[in-house]
Amino acid sequence: MARITFQKLDDHSPLFWGLLALHAIVIAVGLGAVWYMEHHGHIVTGMNNAVVWGTPHVFAVFLIVAASGALNVASISSVFNRLAYKPFARLSGLLAIALLAGGLAVLVLDLGRPERLTVAMTTYNFKSIFSWNIYLYTGFFAIVAVYLFTMMDRGASKNPALNKAAGWFAFVWRLALTTGTGSIFGFLIARELYDSALMAPLFIAASFLYGLAFTVLVLFTMCRETRQALLSEEMVSSFRGLLVIFALAVLYFTIVFHLTNLYAAEHWKAEMFILRDGGIYTLLFWVGHILVGLLMPTAILLYAGTTSGKAMMSERRALTIASVLALIGGMSFMYSTIIGGQAYPLDLFPGKEVSSSFLDGQVSAYAPSLPEVLLGLAGVSIAMLIVGVALKVMPFLPKGVEYDS
Amino acid sequence: MSCGDTKAGSCGGGCGCASKAGAGEALNLTGGSGVDAARRFFLKSASAFTTLALAPGVTLMAFAESTPASARPADQPVSSKNRWGLLIDAGKCADGCNDCVTACSTENGWASPVKHPATDAQWIRKLTVRDPKNGSSYSLPMMCQHCAEPPCVDVCPTGASFKRADGIVLVDRHICIGCRYCMMACPYKARSFVHEPLHDQKEHAPRGKGCVESCTMCVHRVDKGETPACVEACAKAGHNAMIFGDLNDPSSEIAKRVATYRTTRIRDDLGTDPGVYYQNI
Repeated sequence: MARITFQKLDDHSPLFWGLLALHAIVIAVGLGAVWYMEHHGHIVTGMNNAVVWGTPHVFAVFLIVAASGALNVASISSVFNRLAYKPFARLSGLLAIALLAGGLAVLVLDLGRPERLTVAMTTYNFKSIFSWNIYLYTGFFAIVAVYLFTMMDRGASKNPALNKAAGWFAFVWRLALTTGTGSIFGFLIARELYDSALMAPLFIAASFLYGLAFTVLVLFTMCRETRQALLSEEMVSSFRGLLVIFALAVLYFTIVFHLTNLYAAEHWKAEMFILRDGGIYTLLFWVGHILVGLLMPTAILLYAGTTSGKAMMSERRALTIASVLALIGGMSFMYSTIIGGQAYPLDLFPGKEVSSSFLDGQVSAYAPSLPEVLLGLAGVSIAMLIVGVALKVMPFLPKGVEYDS
Repeated sequence: MSCGDTKAGSCGGGCGCASKAGAGEALNLTGGSGVDAARRFFLKSASAFTTLALAPGVTLMAFAESTPASARPADQPVSSKNRWGLLIDAGKCADGCNDCVTACSTENGWASPVKHPATDAQWIRKLTVRDPKNGSSYSLPMMCQHCAEPPCVDVCPTGASFKRADGIVLVDRHICIGCRYCMMACPYKARSFVHEPLHDQKEHAPRGKGCVESCTMCVHRVDKGETPACVEACAKAGHNAMIFGDLNDPSSEIAKRVATYRTTRIRDDLGTDPGVYYQNI
């Protein structure tokens, strides 16, 4: 039976306060950007009538996908009975809630009419996957909160069955949530680079990768903050293995997605756009998503497990670098998928060339504007600020891990 | 009635509401003295009463003759017995003619010609279609296709995108949150997002910054029994490339032509069942 003690952050380093202040400033600047965009309209953004979802959506979807994956560690401990992961389950749940809050904030603040959020919360069209997602997102908050309660409440935590039930429920819910997020794109029949049932499993695999990468980076940051080795070498090794598996899973679904499209002649042009002719989107796909986001982390993590790799750098360092690369790759994946999928023109007359005053038949130009980027970064900062404050006020972090044999 | 509560109501939604015009008349009776005067007064009163009693009926009959048969009483909801649609003959659509676009812009208050093609609203546009294999080309107007199975309506989280019973697809500007998911879903690039503050809107076509909009098939005119502005302009220009009518009415010209000639609906393969048909493409 494991006995784990947890701690709040109390002995703060300048790094902690510095990070909190930085995130608060970024959020304030982001809110200023929102005011600017809402006052002038979306004309001050890079978005237009073809690329209707811009950089804020890249950040928002990335954070929402990562949120579901951040629950990995908790799921592994509760659902799959891996006690070694239990010390990090609380942080895992906290991170999931924080990342989702950050992503949703960006999504809502980028609406054309954000003041009508109450309309979105009270008026539903149940045929819309967007409506389902509103339930999936709010439900996720509630379920993970209950899950955390079963871990942290003195009475409830003594009942392993309760924790396991909540863990299972949260696990199933997060799979549904990411299926819903992927299906926002997968259900779009007219967009050649979205319209696929594979969007859901691809997003689920991506969520595992990005969520774990976020968890690892927050844990290592907290190791510095607490000046404690919060992770044993075995855990570092386990995380290393998991990250490799998740990266390979994303690679697998990416390959199947594009191979399926390439097999159908009707999609060749669209595929050639994203894989060969799409400029920034092609670059982000191959260099950002595939090379930096998947191949390099896999290579680094595999090498770090070898004797020569261990001599070269510690597994912790390798894991940190791989996690950063995976997140950079994640943003590249989201950008090339979300923006690239819209930039490619709709095929109104298959086999024909079309032109009009509405720029039909042309690849749409899009460049992120500063306010969009600031709003997106504010979403990341909202998530990190929530984590920072929560770690200070409640015992989410493990202190020492002792195992009775 | 506001445009927010129009789905089952009389306004049609997405447009401004036409108020019912009432007319009243003051009756000026002059009286005289004596029996003759009394008789005259009685006869005048009786005739006046008769006139008052009969006039509304006569007037209604006169109006009934001048009002198109398709005009819907303002207090009646739209009916699924109708399926309003358009038939566009690309063979008659003249290259370089933009009259339908200009008419739509004038009628609904969006700016044309557009200054910023990427961000300005375009409810209707002229499309040039070219076959790269043989170089042949034609032009046609493209707008909301008023699908029977509209993807924009399916994906809208709040139900702001909706389809009237008579097939006209509209946006309820009162509950549109500006998420733009409908624009992602529309296969026809038929919708525009209002990127800037607006001024000088038309009463019957309210628009708003941060909301999505598209062709309303001139619902405010259709409800009065008139044809959409684009169709009227095309006829006025002498091209007669556009026909508006009830696809469900076998006796309507549009239904007859659709039944007689080979017509095409754009991206019919997607199963959206558009209400806009094209000929000679």
